Amino acid sequence: MPRTDVGNPDYYHKVVDCQWACPAHTNVPEYIRLIAQGRFSDAYLVNRESNVFPGILGRTCDRPCEPACRRTRVDGKPVAICRLKRVAADHKDDIRDRLPTAPKTRNGKKIALVGAGPSSLTVANDLMPLGYACTIFEKGPRPGGLMRVNIPAFRLPEEVLDEEIGYIAGMGVEMRYDTPVTSLRALVESKEYDAVFVGSGAPKGKELELPGRRDTDQIFIGIEWLESIHFGHIDTVGQRVLIIGVGNTAMDCCRSAKRLGATDVKVIARKTRKYFKASPWELEDAEEEHVQILENHSPVRFVVENGTLTGMEFDTFTAREEGGRLIQEPAGRTIVPCDTVILAIGQENAFPWIERDMGLEFDKWNMPVVDKVTHMSTRPGVFFGGDAAFGPANIIWAVAHGHQAAISLHHYCQGIPVTERPPDAMTLTSTKMGLHEWAYSNNYSPAARQKMTHVSMPHRFSKMTIEVEQGFTADQTKEEVERCLNCDVETHFTDPLCIECDACIDICPVDCLTIARPGDEADLRQRLTAPAENLDQALFVSGPLKQTGRVMVKDENVCLHCGLCAERCPTYAWDMRKFVLQQPYAGVTFIPLEAVGR
Amino acid sequence: MTYIAKPKVHHPSLQRNAIGLTRRDYEGAITTLCAGCGHDSITAAIIQAFWELSVPPHTVAKLSGIGCSSKTPAYFLREAHGFNAVHGRMPAIATGAGAANAGLMMIGVSGDGDSLSIGLGQLSHAIRRNVDILYLLENNGVYGLTKGQFSASADPGSTSKKGEVNTMEAIDGVLLALTLGATFVARSFSGDKAQLVPLIQAGLAHKGFAFIDIISPCVTFNDHEGSTKSYAYTREHQVEVVQADFIAPREAITSEQDAGTVKSVMLHDGSWVTLHKVADSYDPTDRDRAYAYIRERQKVNEVLTGLLYIASDSKDMAEQHELPDQPLAGLPFEQLCPGSAELEKLQARFR
Ligand SMILES: Cc1cc2nc3c(=O)[nH]c(=O)nc-3n(C[C@H](O)[C@H](O)[C@H](O)COP(=O)(O)OP(=O)(O)OC[C@H]3O[C@@H](n4cnc5c(N)ncnc54)[C@H](O)[C@@H]3O)c2cc1C
Ligand SMILES: Cc1ncc(C[n+]2csc(CCOP(=O)(O)OP(=O)(O)O)c2C)c(N)n1
Ligand code: SF4
Ligand code: SF4
Ligand code: SF4
Ligand SMILES: [Mg+2]
Repeated sequence: MPRTDVGNPDYYHKVVDCQWACPAHTNVPEYIRLIAQGRFSDAYLVNRESNVFPGILGRTCDRPCEPACRRTRVDGKPVAICRLKRVAADHKDDIRDRLPTAPKTRNGKKIALVGAGPSSLTVANDLMPLGYACTIFEKGPRPGGLMRVNIPAFRLPEEVLDEEIGYIAGMGVEMRYDTPVTSLRALVESKEYDAVFVGSGAPKGKELELPGRRDTDQIFIGIEWLESIHFGHIDTVGQRVLIIGVGNTAMDCCRSAKRLGATDVKVIARKTRKYFKASPWELEDAEEEHVQILENHSPVRFVVENGTLTGMEFDTFTAREEGGRLIQEPAGRTIVPCDTVILAIGQENAFPWIERDMGLEFDKWNMPVVDKVTHMSTRPGVFFGGDAAFGPANIIWAVAHGHQAAISLHHYCQGIPVTERPPDAMTLTSTKMGLHEWAYSNNYSPAARQKMTHVSMPHRFSKMTIEVEQGFTADQTKEEVERCLNCDVETHFTDPLCIECDACIDICPVDCLTIARPGDEADLRQRLTAPAENLDQALFVSGPLKQTGRVMVKDENVCLHCGLCAERCPTYAWDMRKFVLQQPYAGVTFIPLEAVGR
Repeated sequence: MTYIAKPKVHHPSLQRNAIGLTRRDYEGAITTLCAGCGHDSITAAIIQAFWELSVPPHTVAKLSGIGCSSKTPAYFLREAHGFNAVHGRMPAIATGAGAANAGLMMIGVSGDGDSLSIGLGQLSHAIRRNVDILYLLENNGVYGLTKGQFSASADPGSTSKKGEVNTMEAIDGVLLALTLGATFVARSFSGDKAQLVPLIQAGLAHKGFAFIDIISPCVTFNDHEGSTKSYAYTREHQVEVVQADFIAPREAITSEQDAGTVKSVMLHDGSWVTLHKVADSYDPTDRDRAYAYIRERQKVNEVLTGLLYIASDSKDMAEQHELPDQPLAGLPFEQLCPGSAELEKLQARFR
């Protein structure tokens, strides 16, 4: 195995599991340390730089960071990264004077954005400070997209949405509400705009055309139904409600039904729990509210008697796992009685307003052909992001798309090729403060993950808008921040300094380190102090060491970043260095370390 | 010295031994020695060796004298018995402890100062008596704890950190032990755990005085250019002449292990050491030839390591003096103190 190139920002970035997993690469450990110091505003702004909506995401994010968190591999439960984000948002001071502003003189370029969801808003957030004039066309009366009309208020209060969207709109974005774009060609060919961004989402819920579907008015499409609740068009529901599908939309539907007065709510799943699409925490929250989940049920027909929905018929199955595959065998039919059915089996994209002959290619799934990196369609100057680009995802992906699309839009308008992507850069700074003192809290805290407190059961159902999660208390926050392992404080090795004394290896509590004969990676992984079986986690390998020609190997997998290796190293061959990823944004590039010398 | 304790969490794949303990269960307090001290590596090797042998920690007595090396029993087997003796006096304490409780597994940790200067007489008699103990001499050529004065094992011509040359002859623990009749004599290096761990295991299984001189660099006072006990010097001059593998009683010796230059010695408890001679002319069961060979190679600055000598017919102190296996404290009073009538009889024999 060749010497690991730690000069490439990707290596240390990957060690920060959460940041690497975050589509927007939020600097998680940095904001957690700031929270630990009570610097909530600073923590908020670190978040905002990459994820734009810390208050919203601190409540609703799909949190790909958490399953990735190293702490999971150490004590089974990730750091409550998402809920700590909310702590920063809830406790910050007035930060308005620290936000980016649009310059007095604009740069003369105009951008049209379709839809006021998180992707378009992110594009505007990045381009306004550069002097662009951004106009957002929104079909509905208010901004936020699905975040507002679909995510129920008991998970995301309206004030939070208004505040964070306000920070962007407040820069002077021209917001045109109740203005659906009905022809993309007309918009593009009006020549009024230098470029167009499409952030119109994936607005159509999937149908389930089974016998009886059209014989009653008590069958609804999940996302439409949630939207109707949001706008107050629906405020009642039958006593017995069936939700078909077991994704996150289904979870919002079943919990909303509870709040509209349903007493018996069942979620129907075709497969077993292992295959549920909903995040485990959403399932947990729904089950806490006594929603019942029926596995191995496949819909056959709606039972409608004299125009009244009375139930739904299902094929049922027995299930077992064989060789990692689910085997289901028929176990008869059953009718589950109900008064209302909500279909929550997925979303589709629909672009009736985009002409198919305007030089913008669509693929066989009727999706626009969009470049994964530049976000440009086949019609130069038209960019896509969020759910509109590659199908339904989530808010943090919409934000990540927004940042990348903004870079492309900026390049496009400035005559720079959109394929020219500014590189990631990094800084690396020693955290050594004294013989045994580090600029971060290096001691391992054995505390268990803190449990979010919820509003009491009967009370939370009394209104649609009562936020269920109450946020962490000061004490919970204090415990939770210490669970973070500070993975961005990297173990940095300087080969020529090592005298092969083994001190680092002997002290390491989790057996990360080995001085070994060189070898290829597969071989090395078997010859370490503890076998390195997690292939997703990198091995660091040094160059040949001075005294024996062996190499220092570190398995990054469960390193606690406790700094003990560096404390026990007599020569400072190991040092704990804080890594900061410098992510380029539209108009912001960094000079890589190599270029400035080290 | 570090301020934080070593976190209790461990690698998810950390193994348990036959008595259900992990390696971490054999640790002690966090070390207070200098970062990079060879003694800490030896501590790690001791932990590994005891863990692999599945020794119940409470059946062990750790004994030491004074010095950085002698501090280390605090850093392993936190549940074992311990006695930190006066400078150089650990062998006497060990002799007494061994007499009082022959059932204890004893490990003594000492330094070159503790053993070869102030404690030389003590060490000599413990060897002579063949006290049943594993005796580790953590040899760094200096008095580490008192800030790096030359010790009795410093080689003539080697220099102190400040550049002063040592003019006196060195006492070599291995040669000394051989002349005094030690029944198990080895040399190793703190930076070579692959060699050290089986040596420690064999030494623990050996019935009698098992002596291991371990070059253990003092990273603070004796790891410079002019030192002959530094990491770099030892790595350059170390020659392994007899590679010892320890085979626990339950495991069978395979023919593969018997092949070639291998010689096997059965230990008192039914375990085996297999000796792979790296140097052809060497015989680790012949005291005189071992002595001569080590002397000879020393002249060309080779530091011979491995299990250098083992006597298969070792009779330890307890056996020689027919001491009971049971701890004296556990004997019935009448047996321990047979009364004045018996005393009368005994005295009559000498009249
Ligand atoms: C029930 C439900 C719950 C969800 N919960 C979560 C969650 O907890 N966490 C999470 O991260 N994600 C969640 N999501 C997904 C998330 O809301 C979306 O992935 C995200 O909002 C997509 O952002 P976007 O910018 O692509 O567009 P959207 O948010 O979909 O916004 C698109 C906007 O464009 C407007 N528009 C569409 N067509 C036109 C047109 N022709 N002219 C003008 N305007 C137009 C729409 O009115 C809308 O306002 C949920 C989705 C649903 C359905
Ligand atoms: C009776 C007595 N004399 C002198 C000392 C001072 N003293 C403490 S440690 C030491 C030498 C220890 O050297 P060594 O055994 O080689 O241990 P190291 O620190 O090198 O491991 C001396 C002379 C003492 N503690 N007690
Ligand atoms: S920081 Fe060093 S000692 Fe601590 S867990 Fe990581 S590699 Fe081991
Ligand atoms: S503690 Fe330092 S000098 Fe010793 S082996 Fe580790 S990196 Fe090398
Ligand atoms: S002074 Fe020398 S022997 Fe003592 S702890 Fe420090 S390095 Fe080890
Ligand atoms: Mg010494």
